[in-house]
Amino acid sequence: MQADVIDTLAGIAPGSHLDTVRRTRRAVAREHAQKSYDSLFAPADYGDFSPAERYAIAVFVAGLHGQTAIKDFYAAKLGSAGAIDAEIAAASTKGPYGAYPKGPLSKEDTPGPIHRVAEAQRKALGPKLAAAFEHVHMLVFHPRDAAPPSLQAMLDAGWTTDAVVTLSQLVAFLSFQIRVVAGLKVLAAKS
Amino acid sequence: MTDKTVPQSGHVVPAVFTRDMLDWLPWLEPVAADRMTERQLASLVDAARVKSDYFRLLARDPDVLEARTRTDKDIFYNPDAGLPRAERELAAATTSRLNGCIYCASVHARFAATYSKRVADVDKLLAEGVGADLDKRWNAIVAASVALTETPITFGPRHIDALREVGLDDDAIVDVINAASFFNWANRLMLSLGEPTPAA
Repeated sequence: MQADVIDTLAGIAPGSHLDTVRRTRRAVAREHAQKSYDSLFAPADYGDFSPAERYAIAVFVAGLHGQTAIKDFYAAKLGSAGAIDAEIAAASTKGPYGAYPKGPLSKEDTPGPIHRVAEAQRKALGPKLAAAFEHVHMLVFHPRDAAPPSLQAMLDAGWTTDAVVTLSQLVAFLSFQIRVVAGLKVLAAKS
Repeated sequence: MTDKTVPQSGHVVPAVFTRDMLDWLPWLEPVAADRMTERQLASLVDAARVKSDYFRLLARDPDVLEARTRTDKDIFYNPDAGLPRAERELAAATTSRLNGCIYCASVHARFAATYSKRVADVDKLLAEGVGADLDKRWNAIVAASVALTETPITFGPRHIDALREVGLDDDAIVDVINAASFFNWANRLMLSLGEPTPAA
């Protein structure tokens, strides 16, 4: 059986205090966070979303969060992450920002970059991954700016609707996993 | 043949955070209710969710949907120890308020208000945002949720200290971490695969 990935990334050892909390109090959440990971990274059927694409996006998401150890975990499964590292450097910023529907919340609109992959990088990554990275950057840093054209751009680049759903789950799941790991590490250091 | 989005038009767009009931309109085609496979139906966990466009859209990847749902339910509904339900919902509402998910905030503000009976404080969070002054305990939970939601994450030892100072033990702190982190998952799906409109 594969080790629990959140425990691995957070450095939670068997029998430790937080291991006990996770196993005794929230055993179902622990089990199904791992099942989510397994379903995203080792599914029975990869469909239209290859393992290399999944790991490439995971490296990009972890890198955008500035989480080097988690990025390295996914990069080790991918092999070469050269073009992705360059894209992380070009795309990193701070979130969440974005605009609201026009009205009383407009005063809370926070401007920020809309990421576009540069031409040389588009060639290195390929058109499908380049389109995905533009969408993923929005999901990571300014999800409230999401709109149908961003999804259509991915469909136009060759992603299917099924794959877009899985890709959205993958980025959203990683947004969860990365935060749980970061939070548990801080708590473990204070226990 | 390239797939197409299903842009919505003609509906009312909510322009404020609210505890009112909202509907959600998908931008990608959900699986039709009468064409769901056995596996897709099982992945809904609650059979009634077959009425929801959101869950029938996510059922395109049933294994991930089911694991997501079971993670969600344990984090929020498991009554064994940890943080009271009202405050797990506060963490969810705070995360949704900061990310800007008007739909998610409406659902979890309703739950937070119902379970805490602190309607005025929940409405203050919706109206003023995550800087609203609630009370010391809620401020600590809100601040921890904010720090976990920012990218890069700014959660650190001082957040743990503040949570302990207002009486949270490690079981409860793990619930804050799980609840705020989970809504960084949920918000991104709700915000990027469709949009809210007032309930009919």
